[in-house]
Amino acid sequence: MLSIENITHSIDAWLNGTFNPTVAVLLESLIVGFCVIGLFALLGLILVLMERKVSAYMQIRLGPNRVGPGGTLQTVADTLKLAMKEGLTPDGADKFLFNLAPFLVIVVAMMILAPVAFAKGTQIWDINIGVLYISAVSSLSVIGILMAGWASNNKYSLLGAMRSGAQIVSYELSAGLSIISIVVLTGSLRISDIIASQEDGWWIFKGHIPAVISFIIFIIAVTAETNRAPFDLAEAESELTAGFHTEYSGMKFALFFLAEYVNIFIVCAIAATLFLGGWMPLHIGHWAGFNRVMDYVPSSLWFTGKTFFLIFLIMWFRWTFPRLRIDQLLNLEWKYLLPMSMVNLLLITLIAIKGWHF
Amino acid sequence: MFLKKYISDVFGAVRSLLKGMRLTGYYFTHRKEIITQQYPDNREEMKLPERFRGEVVMLHDEHNEHACTGCTACELACPNGTIKIITKFDITPEGKKKKALDTFIYHLELCTMCNLCIEACPTDAIKMAQNFEHSVYDRSELTKKLNKPGSKIREGVE
Repeated sequence: MLSIENITHSIDAWLNGTFNPTVAVLLESLIVGFCVIGLFALLGLILVLMERKVSAYMQIRLGPNRVGPGGTLQTVADTLKLAMKEGLTPDGADKFLFNLAPFLVIVVAMMILAPVAFAKGTQIWDINIGVLYISAVSSLSVIGILMAGWASNNKYSLLGAMRSGAQIVSYELSAGLSIISIVVLTGSLRISDIIASQEDGWWIFKGHIPAVISFIIFIIAVTAETNRAPFDLAEAESELTAGFHTEYSGMKFALFFLAEYVNIFIVCAIAATLFLGGWMPLHIGHWAGFNRVMDYVPSSLWFTGKTFFLIFLIMWFRWTFPRLRIDQLLNLEWKYLLPMSMVNLLLITLIAIKGWHF
Repeated sequence: MFLKKYISDVFGAVRSLLKGMRLTGYYFTHRKEIITQQYPDNREEMKLPERFRGEVVMLHDEHNEHACTGCTACELACPNGTIKIITKFDITPEGKKKKALDTFIYHLELCTMCNLCIEACPTDAIKMAQNFEHSVYDRSELTKKLNKPGSKIREGVE
């Protein structure tokens, strides 16, 4: 049967048979690197188009509909436009940091991709502390944002970057606690173990209401971490023009833009992995017949379906909810989400110890 | 007591957010709600809202008669000097002089479509048309004479 797992295995076997192991590993890294870059480009094109279409339909508009059939080539045209533009570096900017920041942001986004399982047996690096790695690396992106804001030598950029710092640092807490609640239920930090533990049902169903609450808190927290509306204070188009990337143009701006959308994909992929079983098809307990029917759908399709459902959910948030003020944003985190997720973690721990989950 | 308020706050917030999401979700799934008009394509069947204001026109009936008395109320009402009314004196059959409209000059390029002239007109001689394709190559074409040549005031309009 043709599956991504078989393809990667046959490529691996062929490389190891043709070259010596060191060269094979190097070549594999190269292939993975190209795949990741290709995935990034594809995601940028698809997600931007999706965002524009979703926002249009939610605002009773049509959205892009002239370039290509139904407007599908709009983002390709936009990318070409950005590629043609001059990448301007302001005179007063710290040139080195200014040019480094967009690459840092995109590299961080690439690094988080490492432990994400795209399909059955398709994972770049099945590290045994996968979840910890994800939450550790995802906090690094704030350094890129602060760097961009500081190096721009622009007060709006700096304000946006500072806000982004405050926001990511505070929302990291509840995102982390929500992740921990699943780790408590699974008893492992390894992504493949977490997915395997959901073979008889996804954690959002198996973990009763506390799992649902921690899923909701995780979605809210990652929406804030990716600096999206209703938590888009770092960009704040209305008062800070574009926040930390005000001074960026051309491809450097495109990298920030791309990183934003790729980050959305990544956090949704992680949410899908932790709560909705990753590539695991919808299995209900020991209904063997039902489970077998569900297994006919390829695992990569399950993963993409769940991820894109969550991305749609986050876009739905963005185009529905009013923006928060900075104090409301921090109130929401410190007075509501954090206490709730702490109590919730206690409940989850109780469930895990008593074995009340299915 | 505090806890009760805290929890009811959370539930109220979640409920109102879900309410908003239900509306946008409804719009997302119902394409018939879309209000966008594909303008240059649908020029023939395009529908503008009733109150859309394109330009000021003067109404003439089939006898080439209008209702403008030349009172200059519109000229006075106009905030940016768009309208200039030139009056003349007609001689009535009784031999009296009567003020009448000679030329109604309308500067479309200055007009903000504020509708104040239409509000001010005591005889409803002018109204807002829905035509909005006003671009021309020479701005002098935007200065218009609204009363048609040879037109005169309708009988009985004071």
